[in-house]
Amino acid sequence: MKKNDLSKHISQQFNTELEDVRNRVLTMGGLVEQQLSDAIKALVERDSELSESVIENDYKVNGMEVSIDDECTKIIARRQPTASDLRLVMAVIKTITDLERIGDEAERFAKMTMQHANEQAATSHFGRIEAMGELVRQMLHGALDAFARMDVDAASKIWLEDRKIDKQYESITRELITYMMEDPRSIPWALDVLWAARALERIGDRSSNICEYVIYFVKGKDVRHTTREQMKREAK
Amino acid sequence: MTDTNTLTHAIDMDALGSGDKAMQLADEKIHIETRNLNLYYGEKQALQDISLEIPQHRVSAFIGPSGCGKSTLLRCFNRMNDLIDDVRIEGDLLLEGNNIYDKSVNIANLRQRVGMVFQKPNPFPKSIYENVAYGLRLQGVKSRRILDEAVEKALKGAALWDEVKDRLHENALGMSGGQQQRLVIARAIAIEPEVLLLDEPASALDPISTLKIEELIYELKERYTIVIVTHNMQQAARVSDYTAFMYMGKMIEFSDTQTLFTNPSMKQTEDYITGRYG
Repeated sequence: MKKNDLSKHISQQFNTELEDVRNRVLTMGGLVEQQLSDAIKALVERDSELSESVIENDYKVNGMEVSIDDECTKIIARRQPTASDLRLVMAVIKTITDLERIGDEAERFAKMTMQHANEQAATSHFGRIEAMGELVRQMLHGALDAFARMDVDAASKIWLEDRKIDKQYESITRELITYMMEDPRSIPWALDVLWAARALERIGDRSSNICEYVIYFVKGKDVRHTTREQMKREAK
Repeated sequence: MTDTNTLTHAIDMDALGSGDKAMQLADEKIHIETRNLNLYYGEKQALQDISLEIPQHRVSAFIGPSGCGKSTLLRCFNRMNDLIDDVRIEGDLLLEGNNIYDKSVNIANLRQRVGMVFQKPNPFPKSIYENVAYGLRLQGVKSRRILDEAVEKALKGAALWDEVKDRLHENALGMSGGQQQRLVIARAIAIEPEVLLLDEPASALDPISTLKIEELIYELKERYTIVIVTHNMQQAARVSDYTAFMYMGKMIEFSDTQTLFTNPSMKQTEDYITGRYG
């Protein structure tokens, strides 16, 4: 199913509605990606102003989720979509839920930056977080790109990438535990850094969810909760 | 967090016992079977090489654009096409393994086993009671008691009894369209057929009557094998267990309804059910 197939309905109006909802998901994805990359940049540059703007912009993401949801409800009520149209609407509804949650994680991340921007001990760990953040941002970008092109191959490859992020999260966790054991006074900031790492790890998971929806849309196959081996087969 | 050292376990959908499992044609008892069925109206070929297995006590729907042959195919199942001049049929059509186009087949008998309901309700200009009793009277049933019982049973089976039990001897033409259609179904099931063929049974009805007919179909499939032709795809999706998509006299795809409407395997099917021009 190629994306231009969306425009082959006898009803022009239906074409427009599906195109529109798909485009709005991409716009929302772009905004969420920007939020994430701003949140990471704010952390690296200790930029509280940028952090603040991330926190403020989260309402835009929320608003888009609500309005796209509403559009999907209208399409279901009016068009009773079937087959790939139905799968597209389902994929969109699920994708925007994950995007909204990614937005929330970026916001949480920004809040952490604001609280600890001036603590030397905490900032010494921001480098690790930054590296992990870049990996996560690339993964989200890849997932959105796969969504835009409805590319199963790319989606399954990106899905497999999530393991790298999980590994980084584990290693950061272990390191922070060592700090906390050595000096209990580090617990407050160490916990916050841990929450930030955790937020990034969750974004990785949500990006792989989006990849799963792309595969569902194109192939009509539910690949949630599948094994790596099965996913490798999807990627040919 | 996902544990990176172990694989996430794939979910075993069967173990979850999800109630709405897709039906498998392979598990079904086959009631009607066509093998390489070809039908010609004079020179024009209306059905091309149709091979199909209709499972027993299930609802099978035929969908497809006008003129694709779905009604023609339906009418083959009780030899309604015999009434049309110039029709030629090749191939086999088996009802419980016996070819219904065999010379030894008694057509009246066949039509008693395979009942049919049409798009427009066609009650006889007689009382409600006489409409339902008609088939039994033709069979020579005279006992008032047997007829009373059969009429009540059929009207209950067609979900019409409560609405008409106090006016059984009024003229059937005074009923609403939806009631007339259920009356016709009662008339069809009064003679206890095995198969019910429904040709657009709800397309002339309002939405509420349509839902009543759909509900009725759901109840009837316990006792009858039902084959329905419909232009309304949502209706096919709602009432049927299996759906066949036909196009230009050919059977393009026949599979369980859930699969056909969420993930059809043929592009032509996809284009039709999503309303695309192919």
